[in-house]
Amino acid sequence: MTPFSYARAGDTTAATHLGVAAGAKYLGGGTNLVDLMRETIERPDTLVDVTGLSRTIEERGDGSLMIGAAVRNTAVAEHRAVRERYPVLARAILAGASGQIRNMATVGGNILQRTRCLYFYDDAARCNKRTPGAGCDAIDGFNRAHAILGASPTCVATHPSDMCVALAALGAVVHLENATGARTMPLVDLHRLPAGRPEVETLLEPGELITAIELPQLPCAVRSTYRKVRDRASYSFALVSVAAVLDRSDDGMVRDVRLALGGVAHKPWRAFTAEAALRGRPTNEACFRAAAEAELADAAPLRDNGFKIELTRRTIVAVLNELAGEAA
Amino acid sequence: MTTIRDAAQKIMQTAIGLAPERWLPGGTPDPLIGRHGAIGSSVPRVDGPRKVKGEAPFAAEVPARNMTYAALVYSTIARGHIATLETDAAQAAPGVVLVMTYRNAPRMAPPAVFMSDPRAAGASSLPVMQDDAIHWNGEPIAVILAETQEQADHAATLVRVTYTEEAASTSFEYAAAHAHRPDNVLGEPAVIEIGNAEAALAEAAHKIDRTYHTPRYSHAAIEPHAATVWWEADGQLIVHDATQMLNGTRWTLAGIFGLKEEQIRILSPFVGGGFGGKALWNHQILAIAASRLSGRPVRVALSREGVFRVSGGRTTTRQRVALGARADGTLSALIHTGIAAMTAYNNCPEQFSFPARHLYAAGSFKLEQKVADIDMVANTFMRAPGESVGTFALESAIDELADDMGLDPIELRRRIEPAKDPTSDHPFSSRHLLDAYARGAERFGWSARSPTPRARREGEWLIGMGVATATYPYYRMPGGTARITLTRAGHACVAMASHEMGMGTATVQVQATADRLGLPLTHVTFAYGDTALPPGTIAGGSSQTASIAAAVTAAGEKLVSALLKLVGNASPLAGLKAGDIVARDGGLGHRALADRFESYVSILSRANRDQVSAEAEAPMPLEVQKYAMHSYGAQFCEVRVNAVTGETRVSRFLGAFDTGRIVNPRTAASQFRGGIIMGLGLALTEETLFDERTGRIMNASLAEYHVPVHLDVPEIDVIWTDTPDPRAPLGAHGIGEIGITGVGAAVANAVYNATGRRIRDLPITLDKLLGST
Ligand SMILES: Cc1cc2nc3c(=O)[nH]c(=O)nc-3n(C[C@H](O)[C@H](O)[C@H](O)COP(=O)(O)OP(=O)(O)OC[C@H]3O[C@@H](n4cnc5c(N)ncnc54)[C@H](O)[C@@H]3O)c2cc1C
Ligand code: SF4
Repeated sequence: MTPFSYARAGDTTAATHLGVAAGAKYLGGGTNLVDLMRETIERPDTLVDVTGLSRTIEERGDGSLMIGAAVRNTAVAEHRAVRERYPVLARAILAGASGQIRNMATVGGNILQRTRCLYFYDDAARCNKRTPGAGCDAIDGFNRAHAILGASPTCVATHPSDMCVALAALGAVVHLENATGARTMPLVDLHRLPAGRPEVETLLEPGELITAIELPQLPCAVRSTYRKVRDRASYSFALVSVAAVLDRSDDGMVRDVRLALGGVAHKPWRAFTAEAALRGRPTNEACFRAAAEAELADAAPLRDNGFKIELTRRTIVAVLNELAGEAA
Repeated sequence: MTTIRDAAQKIMQTAIGLAPERWLPGGTPDPLIGRHGAIGSSVPRVDGPRKVKGEAPFAAEVPARNMTYAALVYSTIARGHIATLETDAAQAAPGVVLVMTYRNAPRMAPPAVFMSDPRAAGASSLPVMQDDAIHWNGEPIAVILAETQEQADHAATLVRVTYTEEAASTSFEYAAAHAHRPDNVLGEPAVIEIGNAEAALAEAAHKIDRTYHTPRYSHAAIEPHAATVWWEADGQLIVHDATQMLNGTRWTLAGIFGLKEEQIRILSPFVGGGFGGKALWNHQILAIAASRLSGRPVRVALSREGVFRVSGGRTTTRQRVALGARADGTLSALIHTGIAAMTAYNNCPEQFSFPARHLYAAGSFKLEQKVADIDMVANTFMRAPGESVGTFALESAIDELADDMGLDPIELRRRIEPAKDPTSDHPFSSRHLLDAYARGAERFGWSARSPTPRARREGEWLIGMGVATATYPYYRMPGGTARITLTRAGHACVAMASHEMGMGTATVQVQATADRLGLPLTHVTFAYGDTALPPGTIAGGSSQTASIAAAVTAAGEKLVSALLKLVGNASPLAGLKAGDIVARDGGLGHRALADRFESYVSILSRANRDQVSAEAEAPMPLEVQKYAMHSYGAQFCEVRVNAVTGETRVSRFLGAFDTGRIVNPRTAASQFRGGIIMGLGLALTEETLFDERTGRIMNASLAEYHVPVHLDVPEIDVIWTDTPDPRAPLGAHGIGEIGITGVGAAVANAVYNATGRRIRDLPITLDKLLGST
């Protein structure tokens, strides 16, 4: 680890003031950042601890839910309104990491956690994300966990979060603030695809702080779920995951649907194509399969991860079948 | 190379004349094998309370005044030379005491590699930091000592190095094409051929001819390797280590540093899991060298990554098993051949062909092992090396044959049960494998299994059952000496430089000694983990229980003689000979006459002695020369395979074991279960990702090296025949390793039964099953 200085921010203004300095990083639970500092992958000069900022979950009059960025993952998953109104989010969080890590991890940190690409983690390897232009050892290496959608020749990494997949499906909005002001952005727009610049992972401005996540009112989300497919029963990252909300009309048609995929791309992948293919169509397996296939039309396999295309297709169909079955 | 076998045989020949009759073939069994006392009861671990209270100091916790903390810098290429090495920045970093590289490291002889001498403990014979050559990706190239661990870790990141790379052997396929036959496989021949197995196979009515692959696995004991070392003013070297080979480490370090063994003391009272991995690797040697250079104590505690880079694990294998069967299910040919990856500097050929040498009767055999030289960290022993992956291949093939012939796999094994050892012709000392199968099948509900794959489904889950044989040799290591000290208060302390790595070694030896001396458990202690004590044997090959018990037995006999010499004419024991005596009720007595008895307290008081002590070496393990001595088991597994995702979850598991007398059901159950859990990892989740482009391990962390977690492990039922082996001390076999054997095949066979798909390369990950489900 490289020496750094540590400051604990008393409020958002103080945090954004400190956070704008070059070499400063915000510190949530530290479960990802501190690991990366130990490996010297991250070398901030200053850590601005933001765990003392908003730690509340607020149910607002318009039916939305405002979750402070410093709320611990466990607290989100346990919150009554989350469990009742957005079960997909509670399930996604509980499918991630371990109890101890979720107790430490914050909402802001979870969103900005970095890829688990093995070559990103090992500074003996070549990695464009760590060192732009160095090359990518994952493209011809161990890439079982890597992207099948939206990858580029410079980077094939995936975003590892479970929580974000649910947030993407729910249409969550990220609240941001820096010294010059505040703004909001849909979560699905926050993370970038790698294209030619895998080192730029989000659209955040320098020093921009995540202050909260807003879940818009979405009554049909009571019928939602999350399914994660992985190599062991717990404590491993998703090979593929699916977050889904299904609103089925009485005549068995899809009134509304929200679908997002994890483990397949450089960002939480909202399956807009599949959603469009499903809306107004019957809730049967053939339609689900066709929608999944449409979403995966451009999926491209790497050396080790070709199985993910079939796995994603099957998991989407299984999750939609399950939700349709519950609704029936 | 002198092998253990050659050395041992020479000693054996001279020892045969000296051995007591009991140890010779046909001799009288240990009288304790039939007795029920402390032996056979579920005594809680004697080391337990200190461990749960945090009062058991492990090697990385031993305090020292003026301590320095070590960090290692690892190479990032597999082969070549260091071109430039800049250490100024590291040297100048806060708190740094020493930067040691090949330029300033003291001259040290290369370690004596395991098997080059009965006392050798080196994991590899490569010189340690003596020149600029690099031999594997991850080899330590610099040691930093600093005032704190954080300062050392930071300074380590400031070392700058460049290399001149050379072509390395990192491709298994390539190296396998140039594989060669080792001189021997752990002292056994690398090839055994009986009859013409290939010809018999060609003519067989039924045949199976398959190739199986097993990957690299890494050790992941809860305690990463660590040592705290210093040099005393008088030149004495003190090493607090986490080791399973105290005396071997001492002898080997003496050779490396040009010392006499008496100048070195190694202490290792607590080890947080060994499994074969806690041996002599570079880190201890480097810490000792750095301590000599700096003149200060050094603590080296490997990071988890360090464990992967500096210490090896189970190696890659490619195995062929071919079985030829006659119409009645008996075997006309058994072929088990293959290749294991190894380095040119170590001696661990992964004895995967051993089970086939002893398990089944066949008309002809061809068993052969080769090794493929790879530039990697030396592979090593890992819980049932060889047998774990060897039984995966063999027991999968047996299942394939049974399926092919329409036979129940247990019935097939009944038909190929041998009357004597099939390759040595020796009689079995004790073999109740079919009994274990029968008990296991009954308890597991094997009869409910459909022989047809894919016959059972619940929702998305395909359910199947599989079975496989577990087997592991009985070993008793020569060279151990026990000292028993009996005090006037009637307490006995056994002392021997043995190892307690959490298995229950100390506990079962307290039990055995209590029964041996007729003392209550509360009156016996066991001192171990220190080379200042009489020499122990390695904690390897599941051999400690028998090895220590044999030495304690010998010392116990000496103690009785010494006590008889003390009793005066007034003692009820006056005039009795050792042969008349049994130890009972806290003293000695005539075997038949109840009134001829005197307590230890009385004997010592009468003689006015505070204590009496006796020390004896265990006789040579001659029993293994005449008998085929092995442990057995039947592993039953039920899996659920998800038809949508291919995920496999083990829903039930039962191991039925035949391992001689069970000394302590509580510690035994734990060893069996632990072995089975490790076997589930071997079967389903674990794989060391060795990047063949660079020879680098890419998942050197517990986040990415997937040992089974709680949710992966179902209730595991373990039962045993508890039939004593009349040829073994206490009638008992060591049981540390057998639990993992057979598990890989039991899981794979269950997966086949569930899905109709044979997976012949481990681990069985969902991508391999997706197509079939
Ligand atoms: C062994 C292991 C297994 C795991 N398994 C899973 C899993 O299965 N699924 C899963 O989803 N996750 C998993 N995780 C990851 C875990 O969810 C993340 O580490 C955690 O969510 C990060 O949150 P944190 O608060 O600790 O973030 P930190 O480590 O503190 O920070 C992460 C990043 O976010 C930035 N940051 C933090 N807060 C803010 C803020 N308010 N505004 C702007 N930037 C901020 C930091 O600067 C840093 O760049 C695992 C982690 C480990 C170590
Ligand atoms: S996939 Fe991306 S993160 Fe991984 S090595 Fe390549 S560039 Fe780096």
